[in-house]
Amino acid sequence: MVDITLSVNGAACTGSPEARKTLADFLRDDLNLTGTHIGCEHGVCGACTVIVDGRAVRSCLMLAVQAAGSEVTTIEGLAPDGGLGTLQQAMWDSHSFQCGFCTPGFVMQAAAFLSGHPDADEQQIREALSGNICRCTGYQSIIDGVLLAAQRNRQGATVNADQRSDNGSNRG
Amino acid sequence: MKLPPVEYEAPTTVADAIDLLAEYQDEASVLAGGQSLIPLLALRLARPAMLIDINGIDELSGVSVTDGRVAIGATTREYVAEESQTVADTVPLLAAALPLIGHEAIRSRGTIGGSLAHADPAAELPAVARALDAEFVVRGPAGERVIPAAQWFEAYLTTSRQPDELLLEVRFPAAKQDTGTSFQEVARRHGDFAIVGLAASLVLSGGVISDARLAFAGVSDVPVRAAAAEDLLVGERPSAELFDEAARRATEDLDPPADLHGSSDYRKTVAAAVARRGLRAAAENAARGSD
Repeated sequence: MVDITLSVNGAACTGSPEARKTLADFLRDDLNLTGTHIGCEHGVCGACTVIVDGRAVRSCLMLAVQAAGSEVTTIEGLAPDGGLGTLQQAMWDSHSFQCGFCTPGFVMQAAAFLSGHPDADEQQIREALSGNICRCTGYQSIIDGVLLAAQRNRQGATVNADQRSDNGSNRG
Repeated sequence: MKLPPVEYEAPTTVADAIDLLAEYQDEASVLAGGQSLIPLLALRLARPAMLIDINGIDELSGVSVTDGRVAIGATTREYVAEESQTVADTVPLLAAALPLIGHEAIRSRGTIGGSLAHADPAAELPAVARALDAEFVVRGPAGERVIPAAQWFEAYLTTSRQPDELLLEVRFPAAKQDTGTSFQEVARRHGDFAIVGLAASLVLSGGVISDARLAFAGVSDVPVRAAAAEDLLVGERPSAELFDEAARRATEDLDPPADLHGSSDYRKTVAAAVARRGLRAAAENAARGSD
């Protein structure tokens, strides 16, 4: 057992995982954050993707002890106060997912990618998500959702800028 | 599967890491980015007694340029090298290969030294290191030694690093002026291991090829340098006919492995195709650079 302290979704957490325990198992078993899904357990399917210190990582390919001192964001930390964030709403509106197993991995990978590439086009989004596997959708609806989120983010940025200059009413 | 039970140490100095390696020898595995080692543990293809996690050794991470050599610390993450302007300016072949490694989330954790020490012959970085004659700096209880790429890759997943030695950094020669590079690969989807990959670097001096470097990934148990093709290219002017003949020479002695992604013959055909493409792209790249 190794004592660790880390930040998960903005809250300080402590734990004493075995060295061999992956970050994915630590999040699910020790912190009860079961939104992170484990598919292949060897880094191929992308379902366990979380954000560590601002970068998308496979939580099944990282030991929990290696996350000591890090800031981890899981699918549970993405939505404001139980609602849906822009990306999640856009994916909902695009019927991006079916069974939902791969969903948290896709959403976290897309969130990490869009934060660094707000102007991403369809091809870039396809490549960014190419490491995540979905067995239901055929991917098109997922790409549509991420493209829609990118578009809404850009419009939102414009709206916010307009509001600042016009001192207009707050539309969110 | 869950990882098997294993002891774990996270030294913060190279000296401590070497002490642990000396104690555990081949019972120890060095954990850097873990993007290859952790799957090997999960699949029980590796069963070390001890994991030596070197991520906490600060001096092993970073990119520096000295006397025309670009030294990349072993635990430098692939995304850091990918975003490094120094790497883009001085080792353009490496910069071309980095975005092709795995997927974004893999490059977040994966390290330059880890990939090269793992030595998967289908991976991108071993081909780049072999093409550029990179040097591997290792240190053990007996001291430090520098191993040229030609002697580093011994067999499938096997390097000339001794069990008590730690890879500290990999040194690449800075590209000369008028160098053109290209990394080509054919894979089932972006991010997968290449069925065949090619690292190509050409230097054009007054329109004539003065230096040619070609190394294949995925055609043998180690990255393979195409010396016969290089000899043909040097002293010639780039042309489609020349590159066709170079591709033929580069592949005539290959005997690639067969697997579910392709037969040996298919790989050989793909190798010739990526050789032609890589040479054409590198020559165009060099010509653009000299404008």
